[in-house]
Amino acid sequence: MRCSPLLRLSVLLGLAVVARAEPVRITYWEKWSGFEAEAMRAVVDQFNASQDRIFVDFVSMSQIDRKLIVATAGGDPPDVAGIWFAQMSSFADRAALTPLDDFIHRDSGLKVDDWLAATYPPVYADMQAYRGHVYALISAPGTTALYWNKTVFREAGLDPEKPPRTLAELNEMSRVLTKRNSDTGVVERTGFLPQEPGWFGYSYPAWFGGGLINDASDITLAGRPENLAAANWERSYAELIGVDQLKVFASGFGSFASAQQAFFTGDVAMVFQGVWFDRFIAKYAPGLDYGVAAWPEATGRVPGPPIQAFTVADADLLVIPRGAKHAEEAWEFIRFATSANPTARSRDEVSGVELLCLGQQKPSPLRVWSPWFGENHPHPHIELFRQLAASPRAWHAPKIGVWTEYLREYNTAIQRIRLLQVEPAAALDYAQKRLADSWQRHRASVARQAAAAGETAGPDLGPAALSPGSGDLQPAASLEVRPDKEEGSP
Amino acid sequence: MNSADWKRLGSGLSFTGLWIIGFSVFTLYPVVASLYYSFCDYSVLQRPLWTGLENYRTLVADDVFWLSLRNTLYFAGAAVPLGTVVSLSLALLLNQDVKGRALFRTLFFLPSIVPLVASAMLWLWIFNGSGGLLNWVLGPVFALWGGTPPAWLGDPAWAKPALVLMSAWGAGHSMIIYLAGLQNVPRELYESAELDGAGSWAKFWHITLPVISPVIYFNVVMGIIGAMQVFTTAFVMTGGTDGNPARSTLFYALYLFSNAFYDLRMGYASAMAWILFMLIATLTWIATRVAARSVHYQD
Repeated sequence: MRCSPLLRLSVLLGLAVVARAEPVRITYWEKWSGFEAEAMRAVVDQFNASQDRIFVDFVSMSQIDRKLIVATAGGDPPDVAGIWFAQMSSFADRAALTPLDDFIHRDSGLKVDDWLAATYPPVYADMQAYRGHVYALISAPGTTALYWNKTVFREAGLDPEKPPRTLAELNEMSRVLTKRNSDTGVVERTGFLPQEPGWFGYSYPAWFGGGLINDASDITLAGRPENLAAANWERSYAELIGVDQLKVFASGFGSFASAQQAFFTGDVAMVFQGVWFDRFIAKYAPGLDYGVAAWPEATGRVPGPPIQAFTVADADLLVIPRGAKHAEEAWEFIRFATSANPTARSRDEVSGVELLCLGQQKPSPLRVWSPWFGENHPHPHIELFRQLAASPRAWHAPKIGVWTEYLREYNTAIQRIRLLQVEPAAALDYAQKRLADSWQRHRASVARQAAAAGETAGPDLGPAALSPGSGDLQPAASLEVRPDKEEGSP
Repeated sequence: MNSADWKRLGSGLSFTGLWIIGFSVFTLYPVVASLYYSFCDYSVLQRPLWTGLENYRTLVADDVFWLSLRNTLYFAGAAVPLGTVVSLSLALLLNQDVKGRALFRTLFFLPSIVPLVASAMLWLWIFNGSGGLLNWVLGPVFALWGGTPPAWLGDPAWAKPALVLMSAWGAGHSMIIYLAGLQNVPRELYESAELDGAGSWAKFWHITLPVISPVIYFNVVMGIIGAMQVFTTAFVMTGGTDGNPARSTLFYALYLFSNAFYDLRMGYASAMAWILFMLIATLTWIATRVAARSVHYQD
């Protein structure tokens, strides 16, 4: 059968129209479930409704790290993935992430370091820069603060409106708040326990003025007197309460997400927790009379306002895994989900990262908040967490490819110290040795892989390539992110 | 081969071919590949690079590797005998001709079909140092001597014994196998022994044990294999792969897992897996050698 040229042309044009009308579908894997996932789903829906060229398929899943590893290794990763900040360095070292530098440079017209510094408070800007690249952008951040139980303060005769402002006050208040059974001497309540809930124990060395790595990316766990002071301080709590008493007392604490959690029951009167904690209080301990304040000052300097205080910053990140089939479209979604409408004056005008952070009740990571977001945020203490993020002493976990191992070694060392199994200096020395060996092997492995991949200038994980001071207190001005570097260079 | 042989081969392959393909792709290949990876620098995310014996040399110098091995041998050394005694004792009791025997058998088998994670959550409460069931019972007993019961999972000295105790919870599977073995003991042997004046203990020692010795051998070997790979209960109850407190419950499989999936050192983890395989094979060989002297097979 013969077809006229006109008919053929019509069919082709028709197919082209149909093809053009079909949006590009990209896949987004997110680690959160529950209300956090629903908040991100709202952003995805907003993005899908905002244009007709790209459609994001949102998939909420558990154990995303392992699934992402397997999918990336198999050459079929999602186009966008939501990972933890703690995973970024090791994934980047293993070439599992797509650098976003060129996208950022193209869209903003700025050098990447300038864009980061202009867009984010220093601590968040630094968290997104690694080895001279940006591999991830923050979707939802968080900072941490001291939570105290005002009811317990009253019972112990303390002013419920005055949280500790220095380490000495924390220790003294903890001593006053600690209660023992008058007959048996068994501990029934403590004012503070360094290990409860223990999420941020790794930050105590930095809180004391030390650090876990230095600017040259060397492990400095055992090398700094401040770190040893922090370890000795942890030991002092075990000595104060008694190791055997502590074992039994702490074993009675309920899980974090339960009404039996130690802070909710009043078993522990003060804890360091993140911006998300208020939501847990509302759910598991409604009516709890509590306060939120900046971390006490542990370095001996005079405590100032929250904007100068120590805090631990953490963040959820959005990345484009290596081998993603629609990197351009993935970037478009990431850009939408990590930016906001700065002039929003109603809920309907709130978009992107602000919509996400409203849903998750977290602060926006951006320097500029829209009027509506700042004035109508549902979190009762959001301004405090915003100020803490802007503090020059805001600190984040080290960006180092062996961080998961570092955390395990550190936690084990501190456990042995708390159990009085070993002297603090010896425990830190032992962990230091293991970590230094492991870090050396990791660097050798990364260099070996780079050489095998034919990179003339392999990824240098040393000082020249890392953002100086990563893991330590660090102003954004020192970031060295160069979007126009040669391919393969760090 | 003649045409009939080819035909038979074709028929055989048509029945087994699918299984052979599945076995080759999903078992044989991964096993062989893991052996290769054990000699490589391999993170899963990048291609494996041959490094010879480096992983094995590093393992030998790795303190935590040896610690995890010691913890695992401790667990296996305690859990396998305990499990054998408990399951065999239960089987002996449930082999008695008592009223409601079927109900008792069901009850004692039930824990074995409860998912491990659910059991672990239950035992977390039982071992709770301050409000747990076990210490609620033991508290008054210890008080007689002016002491207090241990914090179990919160105490490095008691965390492993606690997990050993808990392992007896799953004795139902081997109990059923023992029960089947006990029911195969010829009654005439007992009748002959009774005529000779044998008591209960003599009958158990000289008749029951020798006759069911192949069953004991089987259960012990399976127990060793299972105990050397202990993972789930420790993972759920003692802090993931941290082996809390202070690595006292860091078992071999936990350390292997954290190397493979948290630290992205799949080559290192593969080397650990092969060492574990050789270790289990050696222990099984030793059990077989011991069994050759003491296991009696009926004609």
